[in-house]
Amino acid sequence: MVLSHRLGEWAGHAPVLEEEVALANIALDLLGQARLLLSLAGDEDELAYLREERAFRNVQLVEQPNGDFAHTIARQLYFSVHQHGLYEQLAAGDGEFAGIAAKAVKEVAYHRDHAEQWTLRLGDGTAESHDRMQRAVDALWRFTGELFQPVEGVEVDWKALRSDWLASVTDVLERATLTVPAGPQSGAWTAGAGRQGIHTEPFGRMIAEMQHLHRSHPGASW
Amino acid sequence: MAAVTAGQTAQATAGSTDGADGALAAAFDAAVAADERIEPRDWMPDAYRASLVRQMAQHAHSEIIGMQPEANWITRAPSLRRKAILIAKVQDEAGHGLYLYSAAETLGTGREELLDKLHAGRQRYSSIFNYPTLTWADVGAIGWLVDGAAITNQVPLCRCSYGPYARAMVRVCKEESFHQRQGYELLLALSGGTAAQHEMAQDAVNRWWWPSLMMFGPPDDASSHSAQSMVWKIKRHSNDELRQRFVDICVPQAEVLGLTLPDPDLRWNEERGQHDFGAIDWTEFQEVLKGNGPCNEERLTQRRRAHEEGAWVRDAAAAYAQKQTVVPNGEATA
Repeated sequence: MVLSHRLGEWAGHAPVLEEEVALANIALDLLGQARLLLSLAGDEDELAYLREERAFRNVQLVEQPNGDFAHTIARQLYFSVHQHGLYEQLAAGDGEFAGIAAKAVKEVAYHRDHAEQWTLRLGDGTAESHDRMQRAVDALWRFTGELFQPVEGVEVDWKALRSDWLASVTDVLERATLTVPAGPQSGAWTAGAGRQGIHTEPFGRMIAEMQHLHRSHPGASW
Repeated sequence: MAAVTAGQTAQATAGSTDGADGALAAAFDAAVAADERIEPRDWMPDAYRASLVRQMAQHAHSEIIGMQPEANWITRAPSLRRKAILIAKVQDEAGHGLYLYSAAETLGTGREELLDKLHAGRQRYSSIFNYPTLTWADVGAIGWLVDGAAITNQVPLCRCSYGPYARAMVRVCKEESFHQRQGYELLLALSGGTAAQHEMAQDAVNRWWWPSLMMFGPPDDASSHSAQSMVWKIKRHSNDELRQRFVDICVPQAEVLGLTLPDPDLRWNEERGQHDFGAIDWTEFQEVLKGNGPCNEERLTQRRRAHEEGAWVRDAAAAYAQKQTVVPNGEATA
């Protein structure tokens, strides 16, 4: 839901018309997935609009501001490769997420392809795009460790998820002539604490905007 | 159906005598008169081509500028369902822009060229998108009134004499009708909601009603392109006819909504079998067209900024594509 919101901020600002369509399309897929997942837990709107910042459990990666197009693509690459691996595992299982994951994995495969293609274009495009993409890849790297912290109640092989992710991302970045940021061993691959409700500062402003209208009319239906 | 073949066009170019041109023009006129479709390879008068480029470019520009007032509310949509509907709508508008630029390109112009003209203020977009979206209800009012007016305008364009434009309109109208119903349903929810929501809906309708009527363009006696467009069957009905049709459709819909339309002179005319309505403020319309509306500056600035800030992305894509088609020994891979 949080990443969908960030992608929604791009509407009307994308570098080409085709990307207006693509980014909105991904935002819509992610919002659809969020609605299914939130509905498993309770009332989707109550959960989206009436929780305080400390009660949100999203990873810090997805709440990062859009930045330039390269930052948006790097965030999308890291997240969609992760989501693809996660949903593949969940879809193969029989937990309560299996059905949702089976539907979502097809959408995420498209998101992943989109992010990979743009990583290649920007990394192996012009000198400027290469520099911007490298900066984005580096800047967001520290938020990726959190993607592989085990989540209680989610039956997934987190170690395999992490090694597959690293292999896939390394492959794409190398093909894009980019340098893979310093890896887990270096200590730079720190984990955030979004799952514990500890967020980065821009997140509070994001949900202030998102929740304002809903909170201004308590009990109203829309 | 092709009215005049490409062969005939080539012939005319080779030996461009008055006689050959005259024959082509006569064949064109006959095709239009017989309600045949003109296709990209067919011969057509230069003025017909120019008129279509102008209208289609303006239409395409309206779709992409029109994303802005609604996108303004994506991050503040009050429920996840409404947010999903709004994102889908804005996405469709970008898609409509793409169809329309493609259709315009069949006339020998390019999307880049058209965008440059938009950014330079040399081509227009619909006056309506220069009004601000101040509350959530505006999203509903745009769906009901603005999309409603657009559909009233565009349904006859599905029978426009130029084939690519007519076919684009068929696709656009299907999606627009869907959005229009969603906008209406949004207003219905507000109007039947709390007192504050009802008031928000009424205020939005009050602000969007007159600008929506202006979407049909100047009155018939002041419309410079109308007569020729009707002869060429680019247009099928006059501005005033379409505007009247729209008013007659909206009045009963407003009653169902439980909202009023902000026009003290609006009443049913038994004799005409149509509604009479008050005078439009054409001074305001002219000011908006001249660039002096409430949001003209912001809309164009945002569009230019998106384009300028995206330049390095487009350059990267072009450079990457170039590398993919050429292998080190200089042979194309594809």
